[in-house]
Amino acid sequence: MLSWKIGGDQGEGIDSTGDILIHTANRLGYYIYGYKSFSSRIKGGHTNYKMIMANRPISATTQKTDILVALTPQTITLNSQEINGGIIVADQAYSPSLPQGTDAMLVSLALSQMAKEIGSPVMRNMIAAGASAALLGFPLEVIAQYVEKRFQFKAPSIIEANRRALHAGYQAMLQETARLPWLPSLESPHPGERVVMTGNDATCLGALAAGCRIMSGYPITPATDIMESLTKYFPMVGGAVLQMEDELASITCAIGAGFAGARAMTATSGPGLSLMQEAIGLASMTETPVVIVDTQRAGPSTGMPTKSEQSDLLALIYGGHGEGPRIVIAPSSVEETFEDAYEAFNLAEHFQAPVIIATDLSLALWQQSVERKAIDGPHIPIDRGEVYSSSEIGESASFQRYAFTADGISPRTLPGTAAGQFLATGVEHGVEGKVSEDPLNRSRMMDKRFKKIGGIHDLRPPIRHEGLRDAEVALLGIGSVTGINKEARILLEQSGLKTAVVWLRTLSPFPSSQCQDLLAKTRHIVVVEQNATGQISQLLKMANVFDSRYHSLTKYDGVPFFAEDVARFTQNLLTQLEVKH
Amino acid sequence: MATLSDFKTAEKSWWCPGCGDFGVLAALEKALVQVNANPATTAIIAGIGCSGKIGNYINSYNLHVTHGRTLPAAMGIKLANRTLTVLAVGGDGDAYAIGMGHFMHALRRNINITYLVMDNHVYGLTKGQTSPTSDMGFHTKTSPDGSIDEPVHPLMLAVAGGATFVAQGFSSWQPQLSRLIVQGITHPGFSLINVISPCVTYNRVNTYEWYKKTLVNLDEDPSYKSSQRAQVLARLEESDELVTGLIFQKPSRPYEELITGFSSGPLSEQVGPINQDLWDHILDQFE
Repeated sequence: MLSWKIGGDQGEGIDSTGDILIHTANRLGYYIYGYKSFSSRIKGGHTNYKMIMANRPISATTQKTDILVALTPQTITLNSQEINGGIIVADQAYSPSLPQGTDAMLVSLALSQMAKEIGSPVMRNMIAAGASAALLGFPLEVIAQYVEKRFQFKAPSIIEANRRALHAGYQAMLQETARLPWLPSLESPHPGERVVMTGNDATCLGALAAGCRIMSGYPITPATDIMESLTKYFPMVGGAVLQMEDELASITCAIGAGFAGARAMTATSGPGLSLMQEAIGLASMTETPVVIVDTQRAGPSTGMPTKSEQSDLLALIYGGHGEGPRIVIAPSSVEETFEDAYEAFNLAEHFQAPVIIATDLSLALWQQSVERKAIDGPHIPIDRGEVYSSSEIGESASFQRYAFTADGISPRTLPGTAAGQFLATGVEHGVEGKVSEDPLNRSRMMDKRFKKIGGIHDLRPPIRHEGLRDAEVALLGIGSVTGINKEARILLEQSGLKTAVVWLRTLSPFPSSQCQDLLAKTRHIVVVEQNATGQISQLLKMANVFDSRYHSLTKYDGVPFFAEDVARFTQNLLTQLEVKH
Repeated sequence: MATLSDFKTAEKSWWCPGCGDFGVLAALEKALVQVNANPATTAIIAGIGCSGKIGNYINSYNLHVTHGRTLPAAMGIKLANRTLTVLAVGGDGDAYAIGMGHFMHALRRNINITYLVMDNHVYGLTKGQTSPTSDMGFHTKTSPDGSIDEPVHPLMLAVAGGATFVAQGFSSWQPQLSRLIVQGITHPGFSLINVISPCVTYNRVNTYEWYKKTLVNLDEDPSYKSSQRAQVLARLEESDELVTGLIFQKPSRPYEELITGFSSGPLSEQVGPINQDLWDHILDQFE
């Protein structure tokens, strides 16, 4: 495993440099994981992009950095403690020096000078990309091919300048490497048919494959990519992305489209989710399918828009006034995000209810290697739920849209269907949809709405795990934390501790008995989550699952857990427990 | 061909006897018959308040939404199925207070839907508070010394905000009102029809009698040109919007026809396995 990081001022092309390296590594057969740290501003402010590459799947970032490319002196100051015996590549222009005690080899290149010679200071990042490729031992033609593809629609002069910059950086580093006492050692690659994508990419692809054709949204970090990517894809399939005036409109438009039979979605983050709460209740009450993606970020209020958190969970399940059925699902990897995205549309139409996909900023934005065959859009299952055509409606004078049925699911009709007219209202209503305040009807309707979503656990396994059979300790989490737990498991197993990783896929309705059964024999369970109040622990407590075997590990400083943190906490915990015994 | 009775339901109305909303409902039914609409292909989206109860009394596909959100819901329905006749219906509070943001953006967007606002200058269902269209000095439970807020002028706002069709009707003047609704439905874009619909319980100032004396019917004024924006705004300003008729109309191409690559058929029929070649092409971008 090897980690490379580039840092500089926001707006200097840090992201695109990272993107180029990561795709090149992927093409060379390495598994990659990309991580970027950024701020809520357009230009200026320090930003960095880190790539981890290995010959096995990687599901989280690491603490250590092997190669640091520092475009500014600040990059060195901020990151030097991560370099233990690694290499720092810096720009001669600012006469770089290493802070005292830094254990690193400094390679100083004339990045700015070369950029100026090529004709533009903005080429500095492309020179750094070339230099990095040479240091990592990537063949020049592989990175050059990717760069060519990336810029294929740009003006010929821009393509040529980028090519020259890449070559210049590559050659300059080759001269340096000849002088270096040692070079980073790369494992041999593990070639396969893999693509590089983020959780947000996977969400878009899942929606696209599921037949979602209306996406109404309002830009918000870190969900905006979903709108932007679907804006690219939807014209190819006849769909429409609608940039609305606010999140109230975004979700209500999607509910309207769902009422009329389209598969529709919106995507947002905490602040937008708060605004959507009333309308989510409308979808519950009118039994209208709608899919909502919440890419969680640090809250409350504006919080930290560019930092990851998992603190919306209780709001997703219980937010809004009154009590209505909501399905909340949480993918734990990019592959699962694709799976959950298409499944959300099936669940929404099957159960005629709002389905919320809870991701988090880390899962939404960081790139990972994914097996191409795991993203198999043309072969996903499609379940439209019970929709009556006019011949199925029967002879009754008016259609009973909310008829009481054994499983609580009442067949629906879509506008345009003869004799299927009904009123869908957020007001309590009888079987035909007309307003009713009858106490018996009210109780039966409430029961019906909750009953129907109880069937979800039969359609979709609510929990997944690895290594549970003989584990002494299980690490339980959701979202991006699952990837961290998987990396922590590798560390713990190396130290001889049998460790399992368990992740919840369905949060509402909560799989209480499934949790109880699955973890009945596990000696210790550590609930790892990125929030302050231990919301997953609270859910487990409400479900009467959390007992003395359970321990909570939380983090809410905006920085993801490192696998090392989780492993250390777990080892310390077990040591303490043994001492007590 | 649908008839008036096809649009009626068996529900008994909750509106007060004499409420202006009865006239709006009657004119709407007549207009739907006249445009040859069909209950199964008509969608009516209602807001919260007395006006919002309309979905109980008209036979069509009805969605009764949260307060102020009729327009985005109507937009979603129309885009999902363009073959439907889509109307949003709400009161002055729904349209010009809690839903004002959506109103302004619906004007900009020009989706082919019709918006009927039942304007009575007062909050009725919550039992008598000032509304955004209440006149200055209007006494209510929340303005005991008279309203001190300048009223919203929906017609001028609509014209200034980019509307392609603006009309105002009066629930007592049935032939004109149903004619305006027909014009609104057939207009290829967003049509606002503000309807003066008196509240007989909480508004003793702006009564039927008062309106009959005050309103001027622009449809009978041959010198009025509804296509001349400057003239329209001047007339609305002079008359304090106390006019009825077709106020403003301009050539229009609906939003849904401007969306790149957007399917014109019902989207419910577009769900199916995605084309393999297209999928491969998309995945190639991630390599």
